[in-house]
Amino acid sequence: MFKRSDQDSRPSVRIVVDGAALAAREGDTVSAALLASGRDVRRATAVSGAPRLPYCMMGVCFDCLVTIDGVGNRQGCLVPVAEGMQIEIQKGKREIGR
Amino acid sequence: MSKDYDVAVVGGGLLGSAIAWGLGRLGKRVVVLDEGDVAKRASRANFALVWVQSKGLGMPAYTGWTMRASETWGRLAAELKDQTGLDVALQQNGGFHLTLGENEFAQRAQLVTRMHNQVGAADYRMEMLSASEVKKMLPLIGPEVSGGSFCPWDGHVNSLRTFRAFHTGLKLFGIEYFPERPVSAISRSGGEFRLSTAQGEIRAGKVVLSAGNANQSLAPMVGLSAPMGPTRGQIVVTERTMPFLPHPLTTIRQTDEGTVMIGDSKEDQLDDRTLNHAVSAVMADRAQRTFPHLARLNVIRTWSGIRVMPQDGFPIYDQSESAPGAFVTCCHSGVTLASNHAFEIARMVAAGALEPELVGAFSARRFDTNHAATGSGYY
Repeated sequence: MFKRSDQDSRPSVRIVVDGAALAAREGDTVSAALLASGRDVRRATAVSGAPRLPYCMMGVCFDCLVTIDGVGNRQGCLVPVAEGMQIEIQKGKREIGR
Repeated sequence: MSKDYDVAVVGGGLLGSAIAWGLGRLGKRVVVLDEGDVAKRASRANFALVWVQSKGLGMPAYTGWTMRASETWGRLAAELKDQTGLDVALQQNGGFHLTLGENEFAQRAQLVTRMHNQVGAADYRMEMLSASEVKKMLPLIGPEVSGGSFCPWDGHVNSLRTFRAFHTGLKLFGIEYFPERPVSAISRSGGEFRLSTAQGEIRAGKVVLSAGNANQSLAPMVGLSAPMGPTRGQIVVTERTMPFLPHPLTTIRQTDEGTVMIGDSKEDQLDDRTLNHAVSAVMADRAQRTFPHLARLNVIRTWSGIRVMPQDGFPIYDQSESAPGAFVTCCHSGVTLASNHAFEIARMVAAGALEPELVGAFSARRFDTNHAATGSGYY
């Protein structure tokens, strides 16, 4: 759905999404990297389980909630990627111990 | 007689709408006169417990009334579901009051003993459980939890959905609901009541005052009294999380949709537009000492609300001698008692008289004597 610009020469950053390695770019937010990956990165909402993708990309809509480095309900659109970051697509409610 | 309605219910909160719904269920023509959305509405600011275990110390009749409500709540939830399709998520598998440290445990044990020893009180089957016994039922408690009391009748519900279900039901019963319609005066003539509002007069054969703390000023218009002493409470709400809490607690519960509610303070100041963060901090601290996992969750809301509170904490149900057909109803526990209001109080209002064997103890005449109970009615 999304294609990176040919002029984008930022260095690559390796993140892990549900166990699979993914090349993001330095300066990407988690949400941007997920959308650019072409993978199915739809989360499931907490109450009805409806599928959702990141939407507003500016911290308002909370539709980008994702588990980052073991912490649930992070707003992926506000968190820059970092080398080795572990991402899990969150299906439903956050687990209390994470 | 040209009265427009069989009954006018003043107040469309949980109490008024439960009674109006109960009257509609009996086929009565009912009108509900309510305030607007800006009303200080305990129906939208409550902790949603259907609670038994600590109620009625100082008034044994209240224990029986509370047990009756607990026992018939299931029927209410089922009828609301049948009629409106709304599931109010009633859960009645017992609830806890947990204690931190040995002092609190000893104090709670003393309260349980006093409740047991009260003559004429219903048997709540309340018992003190040690920390290890509690842990079998609530595995995530922290090391500071010293134990607590458990009562098998306790439960909780989605109170906002209950409120919505009553109002949906009112419409289906053909009951007229008028928001933004405060009542300024009530008179009685020719066997009917006339209620003055800014938008005109409403006439009804009977009138039920269920206007929360406003009952204090409305009741004297029909020869009744409703001594109230409201307090403020604060709540902290977390983000949604996977179910971890299988039983509700007096101050912590997980809603059917996953949020964790942490309550509930009792403050004297009555401005519900502000928050006392020092109070929220104490509540949050106690909650995370009780369940250490809570510390990782984000708080998404905090709010305060005004309790409807009769002066001694116990409900008031009364009927006027000077204006027959006028009733006043006040209570703090509008969620727990909703089933009684929908079934029992509505039936009595329809029949024209309160039944002394069920609600005689709750007359406001108890405030005329010097030895009225002075407890808060719930602990």
